[in-house]
Amino acid sequence: MNGRETAKIRLDGVGKRFRAKGDGETALSRVDLEIAAGELICLVGPSGCGKTTLINLLAGFERPSEGILEIDGRAVTGPDPDHIMIFQDYGLFPWKTVLNNVLFGLRARGVPKAEAREKALDALELVGLRVAADRHPHELSGGMKQRVAIARALAVEPSVLFMDEPFAALDAFTRIHLQDELLRIWKEKRTTIVFVTHDLDEAIYLGQRVVLMAPYPGRIQRILHIRLPEPRERTGEDFARIRRELFEEFHLVHKQAQDVSEYSI
Amino acid sequence: MPTLREIFLPLSGFLIFILAWHGVAALGLYSDYLFPPPLAVAQGIVELLRGGELWDYTRTSLLRFAAGYGAAVFVAVPLGLLLGRCTLLWHALDPLIQILRPVSPIAWFPLVSLWFGIGNLPAVVIIFIAAFYPVLLSTVAAVRNVSAVYLKVAANFGASRRDVLWNVIVPAAFPQIAVGLHIAIGAAWIFLVAGEMLGVRSGLGYLIIDSRNNLRTDLVMVGIVLIGLLGLVIDRLVSFGEKWVKRQWEMP
Repeated sequence: MNGRETAKIRLDGVGKRFRAKGDGETALSRVDLEIAAGELICLVGPSGCGKTTLINLLAGFERPSEGILEIDGRAVTGPDPDHIMIFQDYGLFPWKTVLNNVLFGLRARGVPKAEAREKALDALELVGLRVAADRHPHELSGGMKQRVAIARALAVEPSVLFMDEPFAALDAFTRIHLQDELLRIWKEKRTTIVFVTHDLDEAIYLGQRVVLMAPYPGRIQRILHIRLPEPRERTGEDFARIRRELFEEFHLVHKQAQDVSEYSI
Repeated sequence: MPTLREIFLPLSGFLIFILAWHGVAALGLYSDYLFPPPLAVAQGIVELLRGGELWDYTRTSLLRFAAGYGAAVFVAVPLGLLLGRCTLLWHALDPLIQILRPVSPIAWFPLVSLWFGIGNLPAVVIIFIAAFYPVLLSTVAAVRNVSAVYLKVAANFGASRRDVLWNVIVPAAFPQIAVGLHIAIGAAWIFLVAGEMLGVRSGLGYLIIDSRNNLRTDLVMVGIVLIGLLGLVIDRLVSFGEKWVKRQWEMP
């Protein structure tokens, strides 16, 4: 089903070097990946594996040093309102109310005022925060802020959501709640979602596929199809088996990374 | 006890200060013109009120101040927004500004009086110079400090350059710009007196110089007291203005 014709996102030999003193550091090396429309895919790996670099390339905030990077058959040349990024630190504007934050994207697109307001309120409804429309971000908890950021993204009806460790700063209960919320929204909207995390459980719980990445240089180590019955049971036997399998590989990758960094120091 | 702290303690501070001042004057160690007692200063205020100079001088000084400060804000804020956004331009101009900034506005006196003659303009220019750098530098710093994630979000949603400037950069930078505006008020007010010692025959600075020339040290004190009180009032007004704008910007 991930054939060349139907691929929403296609990476072919994508690499990224950052200019540093002497020879540039290779953040990402020869990444090949195809992501289908409507897929929820998780990128997971230890720090230095290039997962954040990869999502920044996908969202158009950085340009690849080599290779082909296409979404909908067009090369990614910059940020695009059809591909919205969700950040770990929310990126909400503190001087705007929740409603005006959500309106920002719609107004930037030139949606007429009345229509934009309706769409913004609908998006807030979807994340269960319509009642908080007139509050300011500083009055909200971290989990609520991230839901507002998700509402702001969904309001412009993007075909792709990039999520860069969006729940990493939240406490465990809020995180689990928001993971379920995200799955509910994804099933309703069928938006393509690329989700970066360093939490294996999160990746296995959310992803249809989990891309395990390895560092020095950043690369794809392994791609795992998660075929678990829905809704997934975090405490189920199969979940534990996949977790164990992935954890062993993750551990191996982590160990390699440490060895490399010790040698290079 | 807010009333104790906010009203009683400050008032007793003033009272003790005035009593001590009166006490030292009453010792008679110095003649009145060397050390004017508080009563003489109060009489001086009444004298100037009756003569109408008090209101005249105050109004003139405030107008000059408003003109110099207003012009500085009008030039420095847009320039700061530009320099904060254009890194290349900023790197070209930063060293020049760093050299000019520590020069006291008073050092410009000779040139200012040659270029702008006599009248209101030299005083306004001195106030302008005093207010200009704090406003400019805080605006540049504020714009450069705008969180990268805000700019990423704006770029991601395809916001226009105008939208980014007015709906992201200006409000995000505003709190720090406001700090600069506030500091500049203080800095510029300090140089009001200096500016009015130059080629004018009105205003609170002139009152001090003129009274010194006539050995009316009581009126010198009147000038000092008035400048201090007005400085306090202006500072409070700016604080209110700051809060008002923040509300308009829907900031906490």
